[in-house]
This record gives sequence, structure tokens and C-alpha cells, in this order.
Amino acid sequence: MPEVTEHEVSRLLEPYLGRPTELIQALHRVQEALGHVPPLAQRVVAARLGVPLSQVRGVVTFYHFFRTQPVGKHIVRLCLGTACYVRGADRVLQALQEELGVELGGTSPDGLFTLEGVRCLGACGLAPVRTVDDAVYGRLTPGRVREIVAGFRRG
Amino acid sequence: MIHLEIDGRAITARPGQTILEAAEGAGIRIPTLCHLKGLSPWGSCRICLVEIANWNGRLVPACATQVQEGMRVVATSPRLTELRRRVLELLFAERNHICAICVSSGHCELQDLACELGMEVVRVPYRFPGLALDASHGKFVYDPNRCVLCGRCVRACSEVEGAMTWGFSGRGIHTTVEPDLGGPWGSAETCTECGKCLEACPVGALVERGKATAEQEKEPQLLAQLTERRPRA
Ligand code: SF4
Ligand code: SF4
Ligand code: FES
Ligand code: FES
Repeated sequence: MPEVTEHEVSRLLEPYLGRPTELIQALHRVQEALGHVPPLAQRVVAARLGVPLSQVRGVVTFYHFFRTQPVGKHIVRLCLGTACYVRGADRVLQALQEELGVELGGTSPDGLFTLEGVRCLGACGLAPVRTVDDAVYGRLTPGRVREIVAGFRRG
Repeated sequence: MIHLEIDGRAITARPGQTILEAAEGAGIRIPTLCHLKGLSPWGSCRICLVEIANWNGRLVPACATQVQEGMRVVATSPRLTELRRRVLELLFAERNHICAICVSSGHCELQDLACELGMEVVRVPYRFPGLALDASHGKFVYDPNRCVLCGRCVRACSEVEGAMTWGFSGRGIHTTVEPDLGGPWGSAETCTECGKCLEACPVGALVERGKATAEQEKEPQLLAQLTERRPRA
């Protein structure tokens, strides 16, 4: 991914100039545009809105929603809730981690996948479940997980 | 004036004073940790818990609760000592407070509280989080493994120095205090190197570089002296 420039981030922040109370909105906007909020963007947000660096960092690290690392093209969310766990989500997780070469929260080296764990997707009847972007995949086994990943890799 | 009772003694206090201030005025000791005179009330550590007898025995932090007419406060009791000791044990167990190898041993408010409250053992397992020590600053060292998250450095840095270098980062058990965008402290562009955070820190988390244990005595009362000398807005 090309490095974002200070100028680009500044442009995104135009509606929030000098308005410290808009911190969360501004960070949202940046993340929407860049997919994450890298340190450079945090710095520009602080300067443009007039918020201390430490406070920008505090907000970015407090809300799970904000990311400081780039995300992959696809986001894989594996359910680690109770029902899914009972039906073998731990083995599915293992398979996913091996297949993608990432830990939970990480992005695969090819930049294709970001792996996240969530607590209950509200589809316990399909346990174990995961989503890839907006699509839901249920009754997973380590074997099926590998097939699905291969499918996405082929595009 | 407000009339209240602390440990059975009739006390008068000014409206807006905290239970802690009223108790201090009457010479009644209530232990504190996150509270520091000169900084805004915080109420996060819970060491100063007192019981309000006529509020169904409700527990409130004395440092952050204002006096009210007719309040009957219990500030000293075996139950409170036990509760405060519990709070202390959790603070000790959360990071790695091993006084024998700490530069602040002998000048540490956490250690003093343990003595005062008779905490002999920690009944919960230590977490030993193994956080990275930050020795990047030319004058100071930050060891998060000894931090009790009292926020005194954060308040000293923002309220007294106005630099706002320190802030809380993360949440829950992963919370830490960090400079600017997360350190290293040595490259924090907002730090003025004034050392106020260090004087405010009650434990061995913020210390002066290259000073031996015997010289690590801090002067937390400096913060109050500075704020008292300032013209009020
Ligand atoms: S030395 Fe002063 S400016 Fe620097 S972090 Fe500490 S309180 Fe803030
Ligand atoms: S570094 Fe010291 S003053 Fe700051 S939060 Fe930790 S224990 Fe409190
Ligand atoms: S526990 Fe996995 S969907 Fe509910
Ligand atoms: S001293 Fe009152 S809550 Fe910490």
C-alpha cells in the first residue's frame, strides 16, 4: 500500500479543523479513507484538531474499532464464542492460523487477509462460524476452512 | 458550614470539601494513593474507601466524595482495613512489585501503605506482565512494571506543566500510561523535561536516571506548592 502523506490526511480533516470535540469523528473519517489510522495520521489529527498527541493515542487504543495497522483485502472474523468453541472453533482457528500464516489480529504477508476473533456472531446454530467480509460460513472444519481460503486466493 | 461525623467525632467542613479534606482538618488519617494535593480529584485506586453509616454502609472514595450535611462517616474499622488491604494486594499483584530489587524501596507510597495496613502476604498470584522498560530519556527512566496506574503523572503533566505528554493507552488489563503517541519517552516532542511527573509518581515507575536507591526520594508536595502560588483564574 502506498504511504499516505500528511497533505492527504490534512485534506480529510478539513471539516474538523480546530475542533477538538470532533476527535472521534475525525478518526473515523481517516480510518474510512485509509483502512487504518497510522501514527502519521494520528499526528496530523492532533495538530489539525488541537488535541494532545497522548489523547489521540488514548482514543485510538481504547476503542477496538480503530486500527493502527493496515488491514488485508479480506477480513476473516472467526467466532470464538461458547457455542462455537464447544463445536471445535479452536481447531478451526489453528487451521486458519496455519493456512494464513498469521496470529489473531494479524494480516497475512500477502496482504490478502486479516484474521480477527469475535465473541458470538449470533449464529450459534451454525457453529463453528466465521465470516469473510460480509459472507457467513458455518459448520466449519479445518478442511473446509482451507478450501474457502484457497477459493479467495484464486479470486 | 456543613456538619458531619467522622469516626464518631462531630466535624464542621466547608461546602465543596471532600471527606478526605474534612478528615485531614480534624487530624483523622485516611490512607490515599492516587490522590495528590494540587491535582484534580481522581478516585481510581480505592485505597481511601470509607463507609457512610447512614447511607446503608455504602463505600465511597473519601478523596472524591464531597461532604454532606448529617453524613456519618466511618473512616477507621477492621472491615475498611481489610478492604484496603485487598485493594493493595491487587495493586501489588498486577505488575511486579518486588521491593527488594526496586530503586524506590524506602521511598515508595505503595510500600508505606503495605506497612501501614499490615499487608503481610499477597493472596492472589502475581501477573508479572513483563512490560518493556523505557530508558530512552536522557534524565528519567520509566518502568511500567512498577506503575499502579494512579494517573498522577498524567495529571501533573497536563494540569500543572501543561505539556500533556503522558496519557492512558489501551483499556482494561492492557492499560498503561505512555508519552505522546506511545514512546519512546526520549523522543517525545511535547516533554519539557520538567520532572513533575516524576515527583508526582508514588512508586518506582518514574525515577531519575543514574540515582541510587537512597537518593530516589521524591517531593510530591511540590505540585501543591506550585499550584497554590499560581494566581487563580
Ligand atoms: S518531565 Fe514534565 S513535561 Fe515531561 S513528561 Fe514529565 S511532567 Fe510531562
Ligand atoms: S507512572 Fe507513576 S504516577 Fe504515572 S500512573 Fe504509573 S504509578 Fe502513577
Ligand atoms: S458462539 Fe459462535 S455464533 Fe454464537
Ligand atoms: S486516593 Fe481516593 S481513590 Fe485513590
